[in-house]
Parts: sequence; C-alpha cells; structure tokens
Amino acid sequence: MVLVFTTVALADIKLGAIFSITGPASYLGLPEKQTLEMLVEELNKKNGINGEKIDLIIYDDKGEDAEARKKFLRLVQNDKVIAVIGPSRTGTSLAIKELAQEMGIPLISVAASKTIVYPVQKYIFKTPQSDEQAVEKIYDYLKKNGKKKIAIITSQDGFGDTGRNALIAEAKNYELEVVADERFKDTDKDMTSQLSKIAAKKPDAVICWGVGPAPAVIAKNYKQLNMNIPLFMSHGVASKKFIELAGAAADGIYLPAGRLVVVDKLPDSDKYKPILMAYKKSFEAKFNSHVSPFGGYAYDAFHLFKMAVEKAGKDKAKIADALQNVKGFVGVTGVFNMSKDDHNGLGKESFMMIRIKNGEWEIAE
Amino acid sequence: MKKLNLFYLSFLAIVIVLFYIFVDNQFYKSILIYIMINAINASMLNILFGYTGVISLGQAAFYGIGAYTTGILTVHFGCNPLLTILIGILIASFVAFLVGYPTLKLHGHYLAMATLGFGMILYIFFNEFSNYTGGPSGLVGIPKLSLFGFGLDNEDKFYVFISIYFFIFSILLELFDKSYMSYKLKFIKESEFASKSFGVNVSRVKLIVFVLVAAVTSLTGSIFAFYSGFISPVSFNLKYSIDIFIMATVGGLGSIVGGTLGATMLTAFPELITNFEDYEMIIYGTLLLIIIMFFPQGIAGIFKKFWGRYVKS
Repeated sequence: MVLVFTTVALADIKLGAIFSITGPASYLGLPEKQTLEMLVEELNKKNGINGEKIDLIIYDDKGEDAEARKKFLRLVQNDKVIAVIGPSRTGTSLAIKELAQEMGIPLISVAASKTIVYPVQKYIFKTPQSDEQAVEKIYDYLKKNGKKKIAIITSQDGFGDTGRNALIAEAKNYELEVVADERFKDTDKDMTSQLSKIAAKKPDAVICWGVGPAPAVIAKNYKQLNMNIPLFMSHGVASKKFIELAGAAADGIYLPAGRLVVVDKLPDSDKYKPILMAYKKSFEAKFNSHVSPFGGYAYDAFHLFKMAVEKAGKDKAKIADALQNVKGFVGVTGVFNMSKDDHNGLGKESFMMIRIKNGEWEIAE
Repeated sequence: MKKLNLFYLSFLAIVIVLFYIFVDNQFYKSILIYIMINAINASMLNILFGYTGVISLGQAAFYGIGAYTTGILTVHFGCNPLLTILIGILIASFVAFLVGYPTLKLHGHYLAMATLGFGMILYIFFNEFSNYTGGPSGLVGIPKLSLFGFGLDNEDKFYVFISIYFFIFSILLELFDKSYMSYKLKFIKESEFASKSFGVNVSRVKLIVFVLVAAVTSLTGSIFAFYSGFISPVSFNLKYSIDIFIMATVGGLGSIVGGTLGATMLTAFPELITNFEDYEMIIYGTLLLIIIMFFPQGIAGIFKKFWGRYVKS
C-alpha cells in the first residue's frame, strides 16, 4: 500500500519512509505516518528546505522483513530518494540496515533497540531512546532514595528480553542487588505465584518490564497481595490504555516516560514545553486523536533530516556526516547530541520519572 | 511417457536471461528473486497438495528450519555455509519424518489442523529460543554465501545464482511431472483405496513425498537466509504458509507450472498496483476471487483453455 502523499510539480528533495501502517505493529506505524505527512505539508507551505519542496514517499511494510527490504530497494532504485525514515519495528530496521549502509543511504530508524545503531555505521541512525536509558533513569531514582535490593519481573518477548538484560547488566554499576528474577508470558492471566516468590525475598523495590495487558494484570495482583513495596514499570506502559486496564491498581506505580505524556504539567520554564505543545496541538487538531510518543519519534527523525539537508545539501554522504554532527537539538523525545560513537544521541534525561495518581500522570522527581 | 515441455523451459530460460541483460535495477531484480523463491516453495506445496492430495499449512516451518539452521550455525558457530545448508536439509527431513509419520494418516481438515499446529509450534520455538534465534527481534549478521571463490554479495550476483538454482529446479520438476511417479501420486489423490488395491504402499509414498518436499523447502530457506542476511520469526509465520498455499491454488493445483505462475502473479502483482493506494487490497482481492470462482484450475487452467493446442502444461 503506497501513500504518495504530495506530488509537488517542482519537488526536488525526495524523502522516503517505511512504516508498519497495517499489520500487528500498526499502532506504531499509523501515528508515525500521520506525523510525517503533517510535518511535510507544513514545511512545503513554508517553501520547504532552502526553497526546495519535499516530495515524501511512504510505503507500508506490513511489519514484515521481506516487505521492508523490497520497499527499501524500491525507494532507492525507483524513487531515487536521498534518505529514508523508518522502519517502525526493530526487526524490519535490522533487516535493511546492512543494505542502507552498503548503498550509502542515510537511514533514520524509529525503532527502539540499541542493536540498530551498535556497532555504529556511517549511515544508520535512530531517534527513540534505548532501554538502557530507561533502566538508568529508574536506577538513579532508586539510588537517590537509598534502595539496595531489587526484584525484577520481565516478559518473555523481545521487549522484556532486552529490558531484563539491561536491568541485570546495569545493576552492578548502581550497587543494586537483584534478589529475584521472575518471567511472565504476555498471555498469563494471573501472576500471583511469581509475585508471592518476589514478596518472600523482601526487596526494596520491584521492577516490571513488559507491554500490553500483562503489566496491568501484575498491577492488579500486586494490590490483591497487599504488597507495599514500590512498584516500577517500563516506558512500555506509558499510555492511557494501561491506566484504563489497571484501573485503581495503577495508582502509585512509578515509570520512566517521555515528557510528552506530562506536557500539561511541565513548568513553563521547561525547554521542551514549547516544542511538545506545538506538536501536540497541531497533531490533535489535524487528526482528532491523542498524540503518542511513537509519532514523536517520526517528528524527531524528520527534523534531524531537515537540519542535515539545510546544512549539507542533497549529497547523501554529507547528510550522514551532518547527522553525525547534530548537537543540542531539542526534539520531542529529548536532546540529541550525536557523535561518531553514538548515532542515537539521547541520554537518560530524555526520560522523566512519572507516578500515576488518581488515573493521571504526575511528575515524580 | 510424455515428452518434456521444452517450450516452457526455454521460455523460462529466455525470460531469466533477457531480464538479467536489460534490467539494470536492483529493485526489479529483488522482486524476481522473491518470485523464484516463492515459486519453488509453491511448486513443492503443489506436489504435496495438488498431486498427492496431502494438505499442509505448515510449510513455513520447514522453510524456517532451513533459514534458522543456516543462520544459527553461521552466526554463533562460524560453520561452513554450504555445510549448514546440508545440516538444515537433514534436520528438516528428520522433523518431517517425525511429524509426517503419525499425522499423514489423517485426511482433509484434520491434516490441515495438524500441520497448522506444527507450524505454530515452530513459530513459537523461533521466538522463544532467543539465546540462539535472537527471539522476536531477529538474527543479524548472516554472512554472504560464496561459491568457488565468487562472493554472492549483491543483488546481481545473487540473481544469477538463484536463477541457476531455479532453472535446475524447473527441469527436475518437469522431469517429475512426466515420470511414472507423478501418475502414482495423482492416483493416490484420486482414490487411496483404488491405489492400495493396485499394490501402492500409500502411507509410505505419502511420507516420502512429505519428507522430500520438506527437504527442498529447507534448502530454499537456507538460500533465503543467505540472501537477506537477516531473519526473524515474522518471515516464517502462518501467513507465509497461507501465502504459498494461495500461490499454488491460484496458479493451478496439479499443474506443474502452477506454482511458478501463482508465485509470479501474487508476488509481482501487489508491486504493480501499489500506486492505487487504498484500493490496492480491493483490486487484489477481486482478482483472487475471479480466478477462484471462474477458473478453478487456476492460471494454468486459463492457459490450457486458450492455448491448449500449443502449450502442453
């Protein structure tokens, strides 16, 4: 499914994008596509980049590796784009990154895994935070509050796996002891056995890493077992959907999340507030749906591309160099400081510790 | 014994060679590579279902066994690439034997369910055995295949390699179609009882076909892993099993060119109509519907109907 969005007569800068607009990962791809279309439309009204309009070509990879590979070749060979934004999933991004590197096409992925940009390759970048940064944020908070023993409970999928590895690896650096390491399946309907085991070990804090309905089940069981230990969750549950599912049991849970969810509560002095509000307002006015962090990844990717082209023109190698030299760009997700060793450029400060109170997000730090 | 369809084989050869000479676009070449891979898988399913009458909705699992054996052995253990293809074939054959021995006694819907279940189990296995398979986010860094000192490191070279493989495969397929074996299989499909009374050992023949089909599918899976350099469970899910099933059905069950025709159409067609944006799915669906409703013998049936005198398929 192609969505050739604008075919401007004098279109000069060709930008390609691959998102999972249909299929199981469409909750990622749709806001990304909408955001990108909105931004390109706005920019083209304002005369584009250096007076040249942007021709945006978006393809749907349906969340499949082979499809992403085909669409990438199509963008490069037929549409002759100078850079590609996307794909939405870690798997589809990994499927085309070698190709992008070989063909010398700057690729700004909007998928999370660290493996996309490590080891660093000249043409490969990504905008979402890595799990390590979320873990560091939680551990900072725990250390500040004098916690020593932690228990972790992680889901048995890609997200839970990388989270678990990061939680265990980083614990040493923060002098934390992992006293329990439990797993759960996304389809589990009851987690009391895992939680009882954890309670018996008497940790100072419990960290749960998962997405979807399972963390909500954990939150409910947690309340049923009357566990009074602070419960932490990952950024994977930073959506209203989670609060709806967990209901009253969500109260008191801590999690690291991007600033987008608490934009209304940020002080006016916050340097992120203007850009977040602007994005939120224009997105919600145009599409009549809630803004999501996933769209924010596409927002940042597009602005990185725009900055690079403004500086370097349309030469692909120069665009990649310019992307690598981006410093201090304040995006929706955080401040990007790229370098030759870091093609993500975000630090742990891109997350904020957030607490759920009465079904609302609240800043906890 | 009938004569070989030399017209079809030379037509294939000419198309493949002309394409290589005149099309200097890696995107189109990659489409043709996928067509050939799908054609081999669909043709193998065609032999299984169209000829022998054994339905299988778990072919993606054998494809995955080949791909993952190659991926894991090259990435984690640094094995010789060609050796991994062989090991993949052995594992797939062994698994096919284990699965086929009890399940091939089933028929119709029950067999479909059993093979479907097998496909799901393998899919879960690819996801959960994450220390080796890389789990849901996939396995990165599969090296490029090199044969006799030639590295197959870009689409052009790989195109040549897979064309040769596909052409040899097509010749073997054609030989099979005109052999005594294909009549034996069709006999089983027509009536198991009749073939039994003629002394055909039905369960043994079915098992052999099932294992051979799994072996070739695994070989193709290994080649796919070398081509894409990256594999993840998404490529081996139920949807892919169904896709090749549709290809075989639309192409023409029980016709030797059916798998290739179906794969060509169903792989190339969506790429041609991507410019229709939101209507793509509707056009695609309507076309499938028309073929299935009015041409139950698939595209091969259409050819037979109109050019039957000249093209014996």
